[in-house]
Amino acid sequence: MRYSVFALLRGALTGQKHWTPAWRNPEPKRAYDTVIVGGGGHGLATAYYLAKEHGITDVAVLEKSWIGSGNVGRNTTIIRSNYLLPANTQFYEKSLQLWEGLEQDINFNAMVSQRGVLNLYHSDAQRDAYARRGNAMRLAGVDAELLDAAAVRAMLPGLDMDNARFPVMGGLLQRRGGTVRHDAVAWGYARAADRRGVDIVENCEVTGIDIVQGRVTGVQTTRGAIRARRIGLAAAGNSSRVAALAGLRLPIESHVLQAFVSEGIKPVLDTVVTFGAGHFYVSQSDKGGLVFGGDIDGYNSYAQRGSLPVVEEVMECAVALFPAFSRLRYLRQWGGIMDMSMDGSPIIGTTPIEGLFLNCGWCYGGFKATPASGWCFAHTIATGAPHPLNAAFTLDRFRTGAVIDEKGAGATPNLH
Amino acid sequence: MRIPCPLCGARGNEEFTYLGPAGVARPAPEAPDDAWHAYLHERVNPAGQHRELWWHGQGCRAWIVVTRDTRTHRIEAATLARDAEARP
Repeated sequence: MRYSVFALLRGALTGQKHWTPAWRNPEPKRAYDTVIVGGGGHGLATAYYLAKEHGITDVAVLEKSWIGSGNVGRNTTIIRSNYLLPANTQFYEKSLQLWEGLEQDINFNAMVSQRGVLNLYHSDAQRDAYARRGNAMRLAGVDAELLDAAAVRAMLPGLDMDNARFPVMGGLLQRRGGTVRHDAVAWGYARAADRRGVDIVENCEVTGIDIVQGRVTGVQTTRGAIRARRIGLAAAGNSSRVAALAGLRLPIESHVLQAFVSEGIKPVLDTVVTFGAGHFYVSQSDKGGLVFGGDIDGYNSYAQRGSLPVVEEVMECAVALFPAFSRLRYLRQWGGIMDMSMDGSPIIGTTPIEGLFLNCGWCYGGFKATPASGWCFAHTIATGAPHPLNAAFTLDRFRTGAVIDEKGAGATPNLH
Repeated sequence: MRIPCPLCGARGNEEFTYLGPAGVARPAPEAPDDAWHAYLHERVNPAGQHRELWWHGQGCRAWIVVTRDTRTHRIEAATLARDAEARP
């Protein structure tokens, strides 16, 4: 069923009884051409673009839980492409362009809202660094504007500009950035992939990867063995565990990142704001709640929940920027498991095992990358070689030294 | 999360700084590139029991080897790193 205003009006005459499930619930077949491990945003997008761009529809997406239970529903919904290094700038700009046409493409309302992303700066040195990043973006054809203090003050009346320790001196604004309703991304891609013939198999955990003479032949799952010619891993925080099934050790640590939502209030913030002196980002959802987050907790975790010191730190940052927010209560908080790579950039590419492809290392920038990640991963799986947009995101760049180190901080698992 | 420091007793984890897996030996300077690559970048990253190094910077300043379950955050053991085997 195609979603449209006419379908809605027709349904109004028949009591809206025409709605059917957005995707099928098929029994897994015994063999597929391609199996995607991980039914999160990236895995579903990969399946969709395999079908749409490459005509490969004999595809199963295997998800150990239910669609939308992982990081695609555990982020702060921000999209942007404000990166410095060429490989990242071009990749994330492709992603932003796909976001801009996504809802028409997949016939699903994902509430893509280009409300702008404003990175605040608080010192001369930080202004210079942001000017450099903004110039790099503009050279690559991405929009960026450097705002002075007066322009930021006009944009954000609630902001404490004159904080004694970290006064706001201005900001780098990307107007095309914004937010997307994250659950709708998972559901929209799942439905669109399903409509093109992809099998989405929930509650199906992969427990083994079959390899014969250096080539994949299939997977073992909690719902039986499934043969496959090609396997794409898109397991985010569980990437190390899944890759270990194929004998690979990844440059990844899994860390927990928390996010928060406040009680709903009247419109107070019409853009996404990030704090340059701490680690904090905030926007207001269409329901009125403030959606915000900070840094990872900082220790290995698969627990999908964090601890209180980080909660306190995030609240301190919030109140430092917007003193009025101290009057709010926060409603809920959750944790997601981030696949932190050792240079802060992702991995999309081939592996030493023939027919096995890897998509991981998203740190906590995975949500905004969802469309381009799926698009590039689908290209890599379909053709056996990376697209120019993901050619730099190889697994062996750590071995060769060609890392994409956006922060210039060396090999640590706390970059993004 | 509270970490049972062998010297100070159970303290909040905000007093500690996390380093990473314990028992990872630094290769010799002349070791092959593969050994350095494994040391710098590759991680076992287990879901389950994990031996890891924490520094009690806002307490006794000792390095501690904590054995913790990464699925539940339950801590099974904490010993001074100088007493632990395979100290890095």
